[in-house]
Amino acid sequence: MKSFTVLQGVVAPMDRANVDTDLIIPKQFLKSIQRSGFGPNLFDGLRYLDEGEPGQDCSKRPLNPDFPLNQPRYKGASVLLARENFGCGSSREHAPWALEDFGIHCIIAPSYADIFYNNCFKNGILPIELDAATVDRLFAELYASEGYSEEFEVTVDLANQTIQTPSGETIRFEVDEFRKHCLLNGLDDIGLTLENAEAIRAYEQRWRRESPWLFDSVR
Amino acid sequence: MSGQTLYDKLWQSHVVQQRDDGSALIYIDRQLIHEVTSPQAFEGLRLANRQPWRLDANFAVPDHNVPTEVHERSGGVAGITDPVSRLQVQTLDDNCRDFDILEFEVNDVRQGIVHVVGPEQGVTLPGMTIVCGDSHTSTHGALGAMAQGIGTSDVEHVLATQCLVQQKMKNMLVRVDGQLQTGVTAKDVVLAVIGQIGTAGGTHHAIEFGGEVVRSMSMEGRMTMCNMAIEAGARVGVIAVDDATIEYVRGRPYAPRGELWDQAVAAWRELHSDADAHFDRIVELRGEDIEPQVTWGTSPEMVLPVNGVLPNPATIDDTGRRAATERALHYMGLKSGMSITDIKLDAVFIGSCTNSRIEDLRAAAAVVEGRKVAANVKRALVVPGSGQVKRQAEAEGLDKIFTAAGMEWREPGCSMCLAMNSDKLGEGEHCASTSNRNFEGRQGFGGRTHLVSPAMAAAAAVAGHFVDVRNW
Ligand code: SF4
Repeated sequence: MKSFTVLQGVVAPMDRANVDTDLIIPKQFLKSIQRSGFGPNLFDGLRYLDEGEPGQDCSKRPLNPDFPLNQPRYKGASVLLARENFGCGSSREHAPWALEDFGIHCIIAPSYADIFYNNCFKNGILPIELDAATVDRLFAELYASEGYSEEFEVTVDLANQTIQTPSGETIRFEVDEFRKHCLLNGLDDIGLTLENAEAIRAYEQRWRRESPWLFDSVR
Repeated sequence: MSGQTLYDKLWQSHVVQQRDDGSALIYIDRQLIHEVTSPQAFEGLRLANRQPWRLDANFAVPDHNVPTEVHERSGGVAGITDPVSRLQVQTLDDNCRDFDILEFEVNDVRQGIVHVVGPEQGVTLPGMTIVCGDSHTSTHGALGAMAQGIGTSDVEHVLATQCLVQQKMKNMLVRVDGQLQTGVTAKDVVLAVIGQIGTAGGTHHAIEFGGEVVRSMSMEGRMTMCNMAIEAGARVGVIAVDDATIEYVRGRPYAPRGELWDQAVAAWRELHSDADAHFDRIVELRGEDIEPQVTWGTSPEMVLPVNGVLPNPATIDDTGRRAATERALHYMGLKSGMSITDIKLDAVFIGSCTNSRIEDLRAAAAVVEGRKVAANVKRALVVPGSGQVKRQAEAEGLDKIFTAAGMEWREPGCSMCLAMNSDKLGEGEHCASTSNRNFEGRQGFGGRTHLVSPAMAAAAAVAGHFVDVRNW
């Protein structure tokens, strides 16, 4: 698993609620059997004016000039500022794979869909949940910084659970201890679970005695 | 101390290890696998030199990418024309063979959409914990199981450890009492629920559906309800086990038999919330009040009764909601103030894990029998959820009713629900669809989806626009 410690980066806005994972990475790109290479198709339907196909060279496609990630001021963005219920819909982990491949390592939003939120941590992406009023304020500040990207860079520090904004403000955020620990250290969570192999075996034996019909039924 | 909810019971019986930070290691009884979200998980296992923890807990079937067109399908995996799709389906076959996991391959008569096949084969049983790399795994909760969608990293995690690390969710009860009007179905009920609580209404919750309406619903209807729990933001939807559940499971190919069956049934009888169970949130609806529902926008919560009128953004105070309404109207090519019944259709899709079971096809066939699809509807697909549903429908002559009406009768698969194969909408086309998501581009680039029940979709196919199936 990739680790996340401190990130200093440009913030880009994704100013709509209920951004679904179909929007983050449309289905035609889910045919890939790889874990990487999804970045050029992140937000494909919003970013380009034509319909994207897998395997295509995206550098020649017509860009939608209104889409923030296409605008020079958000070039190289690594933080996405978003709205409620980000990542709803399909469980596709291709969504965080696409974000990560594009270079987005942190998301700030008032709320996330459960499956997407969990998938982020598995891929070195930190999804930060802040109250809606604070997110509103960040959007306002971001839009007010009219010039180029450096004007709205934030520093996200996972160990200290803080975000420093350009105005000098420090915002604290909450994150689950176990997830924080895994993300900071880039731990292999399967390896961690397997450290409890004895407990799993003990449970399994007892469960098999209590519910024998759940075992060996499929084969 | 108050009693336990069904979800509490399912959770508690599967805790391997409780951790101080509130998370727990949860044992998984069944993992369902399909071609889209599993290749990277198998690859991960290989790279780390790991073996599946328990082979007989896994079951695989290709569904998302498989062609549903009869001719293309007849060639099996090798006959899939899109090379990228073919490789993905082939990779599932290869992985299942290499790791020795049971798979119903593409032309196995039992193949179908994973959420239709699981319950139908008895691979899904009450009391289980079930995962699948697919958000609509919530469907299986209709049998009193704790079933949820997971990402690919977790698919690998479950393959390797038979466990998942999770935080327990909160409990929500959606109670629908009273009686449904004739022509109003489970799909309308669940869309009405989503319209009321919103697509994030169930986030961090497991939703239990209860009340007289749910108790008197068929298992098919219950599956439709739980299927769309995720569209209300809840990973898990559950319904208490009762006689209907047990009768449904009895005799299924992978269901327990003999003495084991009796033991199982005795345990399953406990799978309901205690009378004094505590729910963090309760939502109540009256069955009589629910009308046939149609979504008009790009989120399942953008839904109205069939006699409704499209909203006017100018009257919405909340800026976020106003912007979302404007954007949705624009994407859908619709105007505020327009009646739902004035929406003209280019396509109709009857299928998906929400509504492709035998009862759904019967309802649609009853509406189109002896009639023709309207001239402006260029394409009407009927895609059964599984090979078994297909054979049953053919035995009842439903396929003939559909084809006589001018509809296409297809092979089982996800098809136009997400349009990963060639079954997709053209840009700007409006489709009456029995699936579960009306997101932008879901059924094809620029496609416009309206979610409805099978009966409503069938009536819309004949009329060429939405009509109230209660007056059919
Ligand atoms: S039918 Fe649609 S929602 Fe169901 S599993 Fe297939 S793609 Fe997903």
